[in-house]
Amino acid sequence: MNTLTVSPSPHVHGGDSVKKNMYGVVIALLPALAASLYYFGIGALVVTLTSVVSCVLFEWLIQKYLLRVPTTVSDGSAILTGLLLAFNMPTYLPIWIIIIGSLVAIGIGKMSFGGLGNNPFNPALVGRVFLLISFPVQMTLWPKPFESRFSYFNLTPDILDATTGATPLAAMKEGIANGETVSQIMDKLPSFNEMFFGLMGGSAGEVAAGMLLIGLVYLLLKKIITWHIPVSVIGSIFIFTGILHVVDPLVYASPVFHILTGGVMLGAIFMATDYVSSPMSNKGMILYGVGIGVITVLIRVFGSYPEGVSFAILIMNGFVPLIDRYIKPKRFGESVKPLKA
Amino acid sequence: MLKTFSLGGVHPAENKLSAGQKIEVLPVPEQVSVPIAQHIGAPSEPLVKKGDTVKVGQLIAKSAGFVSANIHSPVSGIVQKIDDVLDASGYKRKAIIIKTEGDEWDESIDRSPALNKTIVASPEEIVKKVGAAGIVGLGGATFPAHVKLSVPPGKKCDVLILNGVECEPYLTSDHQLMMEKGEEIMVGTQILMKGLGVDRAIIGIENNKKDAIEHLTNLAKDYSGIEIQPLKVQYPQGGEKQLIDACIGRQIPSGKLPIEVGAVVQNVGTTFAVYEAVQKNKPLFERVVTVTGKSVSKPSNFLTRVGTPISTLIEAAGGLPEGTGKVIGGGPMMGKALSSIEVPVTKGSSGVLVVPEAESKRSEVQNCIRCSKCVSACPMGLSPYLLMTLSNKAMWDRAEEGKIMDCIECGSCSFTCPSSRPLLDYIRFGKGKVGQIIRGRNK
Amino acid sequence: MNVVLITIITLGALGAVAAIILYFVAQKFKVFEDPRIDQVEEVLPAANCGGCGFPGCRAFAEAMVKADDISTMNCPVGGAEVMAKAAAVLGKEVEAAAPKLAVVKCNGTCENRPRLTTYDGASTCAIAASLYGGETGCSYGCYGLGDCVEACTFDAIYMDEETGLPVVDEEKCVACGACVSACPKNIIELRKQGPKGRRVFVSCVNKDKGAVARKVCSAACIGCKKCEKECPFGAITVVNNLAYIDDSKCKLCRKCVVVCPTNAIHEVNFPPRKPKPAIESTEKKSAE
Repeated sequence: MNTLTVSPSPHVHGGDSVKKNMYGVVIALLPALAASLYYFGIGALVVTLTSVVSCVLFEWLIQKYLLRVPTTVSDGSAILTGLLLAFNMPTYLPIWIIIIGSLVAIGIGKMSFGGLGNNPFNPALVGRVFLLISFPVQMTLWPKPFESRFSYFNLTPDILDATTGATPLAAMKEGIANGETVSQIMDKLPSFNEMFFGLMGGSAGEVAAGMLLIGLVYLLLKKIITWHIPVSVIGSIFIFTGILHVVDPLVYASPVFHILTGGVMLGAIFMATDYVSSPMSNKGMILYGVGIGVITVLIRVFGSYPEGVSFAILIMNGFVPLIDRYIKPKRFGESVKPLKA
Repeated sequence: MLKTFSLGGVHPAENKLSAGQKIEVLPVPEQVSVPIAQHIGAPSEPLVKKGDTVKVGQLIAKSAGFVSANIHSPVSGIVQKIDDVLDASGYKRKAIIIKTEGDEWDESIDRSPALNKTIVASPEEIVKKVGAAGIVGLGGATFPAHVKLSVPPGKKCDVLILNGVECEPYLTSDHQLMMEKGEEIMVGTQILMKGLGVDRAIIGIENNKKDAIEHLTNLAKDYSGIEIQPLKVQYPQGGEKQLIDACIGRQIPSGKLPIEVGAVVQNVGTTFAVYEAVQKNKPLFERVVTVTGKSVSKPSNFLTRVGTPISTLIEAAGGLPEGTGKVIGGGPMMGKALSSIEVPVTKGSSGVLVVPEAESKRSEVQNCIRCSKCVSACPMGLSPYLLMTLSNKAMWDRAEEGKIMDCIECGSCSFTCPSSRPLLDYIRFGKGKVGQIIRGRNK
Repeated sequence: MNVVLITIITLGALGAVAAIILYFVAQKFKVFEDPRIDQVEEVLPAANCGGCGFPGCRAFAEAMVKADDISTMNCPVGGAEVMAKAAAVLGKEVEAAAPKLAVVKCNGTCENRPRLTTYDGASTCAIAASLYGGETGCSYGCYGLGDCVEACTFDAIYMDEETGLPVVDEEKCVACGACVSACPKNIIELRKQGPKGRRVFVSCVNKDKGAVARKVCSAACIGCKKCEKECPFGAITVVNNLAYIDDSKCKLCRKCVVVCPTNAIHEVNFPPRKPKPAIESTEKKSAE
């Protein structure tokens, strides 16, 4: 007879795994990826492929040759980082910049802290913000949907002029700086309906709010994430910009405009909910989400950048250890008063 | 919407393979080994010596303190020796070894199967009889039952809660007992109610035992003050704190006992034992044990004497299957893996689970990805991921601050962890250390 | 020009004011520290291992400065040399303590002690010990999960893959005692290093009766008392079926090693005995 195994309880496991969660998020991103390919064509394909392949490759190389630890690329987290990074980049971005972004995301954002589970900041956002600061021109060259579909390798100045434009947020910022009123600017921009389906300039994966919401439903059904972070981020942005809009509708755009444009949906559903860099307790998650919402609006409305979701998430990532230290989950029997004997 | 407890919880695959199997009486074993520490509290003091002749039900070791229990001989025969034997943990523990001769029961025991409904004993007598019969919590915690029945001065109990939840996967001994000994459990409940001086009792049963719910609901019509409460299937509903929360919505504060919220919890198996002790004068020396497992050819519920080797039970269920990787005493969530199948059945053995080799090993441990699933699963609202780290780094003061002592060791955290981290291993260890520190401080 | 001048003057004045405030604050909150603490700390090896019984070298230095008599204190890492230096700084007396070494007292290799079960939990000895008696029948022996290796800050102990037992690197071990307290089974003991590193010790901690102990491990001490009778110096005592050699009495005659029926008594760093090499060489030959 073979020897009996002795181990502490429990002796059964629920069967959940890191892989299941990571690939679950990747599946949830597929609708948005499809929309991106539909609107931006070749550019989206090149950017996504380059980003995913280089992220996986860098993770493998670093683990195999630099750290000399068992490689964990099969767990899907590098693919996810690559996808999210691609979703945060405009689709005319040159391949070499994407590779640099991937290296920063994986190498500095993740591996330098000890790999999956140890990174205080969302790796994809670290890569994205690094690129935004280092290559501001390329990172804000926004292709127009449909018109940019077949141009990536033949970008002459003529084609560039014809197929790029400002994002709604940038147009809004510029318009207000030039003294136009919100409604004047809105007339030039796509309707909310078009925005919901992603008919506007922006990063590869962030434009199609509707597709991202399908992903959210999937994540919630599969219990990969809970509602706390997405709802608190989107909710707080909606409420905060709503208040501003009511105070002065001429200067402050409507809350619907704010949640449909830029990276709010992508950020709230996929970036802020990154397991590693978000808080552990439900109360903590709500505080974190509201923090992201408030900082995003502050940057968008009062800062010099038209968009602030990435910065807001990174700033709140930094607060996560503090949140976890002081905000604990509700304990059993904590708030219930004992009966009088 | 069925009631359940308010925080956390998981839902492991139920696998109640032996459900509906009639309780089978196992033949008296040739030799029994009765450990003197079968309960929480002080080990009992042996009253017999080598060469003594004992009868079934004779007191062979007496309670050594308030939190302790009497032990009675499960067989008739001759005491072979009182010696150290290996227990389930591979450590040596004292046990009384008796060689069986015939099956002669103590005369005071009423062996007739007739149901005796009239309760003549006074509340004091009930508590005394339960104590004398050596009854302990048969759900697995083995806390002496008479201690729970003795409500401390200044506290008041207003409801008795019976645990018929059996939330552990695989196990069916309580379920089968409720089906076959329903009347006795009802009378037992009345006895406990009288002993505690309460007029309300709730039997909590999970909704995966619809037949038991129906059966007991029908029976309860004839008994006053007994309600049957169906509960949503959710582990660890059988935990005392969770069950009280699920049934009456009261939460026990940290570090307190159920009596703090006016409740006393007893297992249905214990209730049956109380019936037998008070009405039939029969001490606790046999119990229903589920023997089960996916590879076991005949998953069964056996009525067996305490002290019977586990191997005998497995033999009766069709023998130890080829390729067995693990044998667990109890259920898969909280049971103890046995290092040898020669260890005896004790009062707390609710089941024997045979696990095939393929399912007996844990998955590879990965980094914590901070998914917070352990936090959502914890029924006590703790932060298992943090407690594990604190325990690993020996940061006992912060572990205490994180209420490590509140952990009920249900294993929901380890069960749910996507990285297969041994959260409970570390937390249980830390709990031991912090407990020592607290006891040292209180001295 | 004016702007530059005003800037320089304002900032200069601010700096001066801040400097004055800082000076007074520093004076006010000055903490007096015995300068000898720094001097003693300088001498200590800065290993911060806690082997002296104090949390780190600085705490030890403080304690030495405070104490009137430091003869009972010892830095196991630095040994007599460092203690003499420290004593010189303080002008106090110090006794040279005999250098010690961590000794692993378990002989339960895979061959001697067959595995009966497989442990599959968190891989630390402490947790395994709180769960059960171990993979073998011997509930006293080594678990082989390496808590001692984790505890060692000097990289002086490692697991032997073949035997599954920890091995102390005599060159690196400083006898800080971290492994001793890390071992849940109390297998590791600090013993005298001995002249030229020669030591004789009972490599077993099993307290079971002889027959039981031998059944689970062929190299267990069975408490037969042969060594106790053999020892001419009264250095060996058998308590609870377990022999123990008092290293302050042992004269390293090695008579006990010869009589031990289970080879539970080990001798290390001795030159090879005369009859023994013969046996070994024949063994080697037969193996070849």
